[in-house]
Amino acid sequence: MIGIIDYGAGNLHSVRKAFSYLEKDCLIVQNPGDLAKVTRIVLPGVGSFGHAVTEIRKRNWFAPLRDWLTKGRPFLGICLGMQLLFETSDESSESAGFSVMEGTCRKFKEKKVPQIGWNDIEIKKYSPLFAGLRSRDYFYFVHSFYVVPRDEKDTRAETFYGSYYTSVVGRDRIFGVQFHPENSGDKGLRLLRNWVERC
Amino acid sequence: MTIRVIPCLDIEDGRVVKGTRFKQIRDAGDPAELAALYNSQGADEIIFLDIGATYRSRKITVDVVRQVSNCVFIPLTVGGGIQSVEDMRTLLNAGADKISVCSAALADPSFLTRGAEVFGSQCIVLSIDAKKAGERWRCYVKGGREDTGVDALEWAVEGERLGAGEILLNSIDKDGTQSGYDIALIEAVSERVNIPVIASGGAGNLEQIADAVRFGKADAVLIASLLHYKTHSVEDI
Repeated sequence: MIGIIDYGAGNLHSVRKAFSYLEKDCLIVQNPGDLAKVTRIVLPGVGSFGHAVTEIRKRNWFAPLRDWLTKGRPFLGICLGMQLLFETSDESSESAGFSVMEGTCRKFKEKKVPQIGWNDIEIKKYSPLFAGLRSRDYFYFVHSFYVVPRDEKDTRAETFYGSYYTSVVGRDRIFGVQFHPENSGDKGLRLLRNWVERC
Repeated sequence: MTIRVIPCLDIEDGRVVKGTRFKQIRDAGDPAELAALYNSQGADEIIFLDIGATYRSRKITVDVVRQVSNCVFIPLTVGGGIQSVEDMRTLLNAGADKISVCSAALADPSFLTRGAEVFGSQCIVLSIDAKKAGERWRCYVKGGREDTGVDALEWAVEGERLGAGEILLNSIDKDGTQSGYDIALIEAVSERVNIPVIASGGAGNLEQIADAVRFGKADAVLIASLLHYKTHSVEDI
């Protein structure tokens, strides 16, 4: 059972509908006590890093999610949910993320922000997440900040927007994607299916 | 980054319709069928604009959004008569990804900020219906019937400051004419704002679409007539 974490930020419905379409059981988890029902977690999210951390703490999500991540259980962070895997963000210097990957989040400087639209990925390191996908496949992005992992081994794919940045991270069973697979047509659905069936 | 091609479906009482210069409205098909067709042709996003002003038409639009979002996994923007944060929430919960606002934002500019605070700027599209007046353009509301006297270029800048994440720029003069986009309008707005500008109104052939991007610096192009009557497919573009 896939649990989509509801901490009051972001549109959970498109993620849920994508899994329903793929005939994968999922539920929206509003209460940390219900985590026992799920075997995989999706952390979606839009908006600011600091605001998300505040909401996650206020709703008592921080400790259980960090615990899940340090145990290396299956996890997919989408957009802001990926950025929260890291330590800090220039967006809110005083808030710390889950810090299971080392690094920070920086704002695009060379181009219009947010980046809204379709862009392609360059696969750096193969992962079962990419089964049936390849470099140059397009996905839908909406973001102003991007992650800068300190350990380059965490980077699975990059994307070019003014310069190259990390758009997919992965370490064991923990993954993060900067784009929205739930809004990225067939390729996005394939990535979600891969995550459930192979990761 | 690629230029996005966005089919726009004007909806009234659950049917896709299309007018010319916001008038002479013709039936153009079933929204769910057209959305699925454009999705399969590779559309980058889809916009639904509810042009029916009635409560009944709105309710049907929510159902259409729900139905389409269950089977189409590209971003869906919905607009037309959005008056409150609650209206936004209803549509987002039905499966919309972005909300486009026009008249309500002109009546109360703080509406953009309130929407952006709750759902994020990436969710808020400011739709501007602009009509040429001398050397500048003015904002119209109520489906192009009422001149607000507000300067379109100044409003675009203000809209970005208030929290809009994108601008959907419609030329009333060009709407449905298939005679080319209003390049001067698109360029004037694009050079004043730092958020994406979606060019709308007048797409008649592939060259005109290229011009909107090359000369108008549009980030995305919206098309309707050209597609609904199957003159071209999304793939052609």
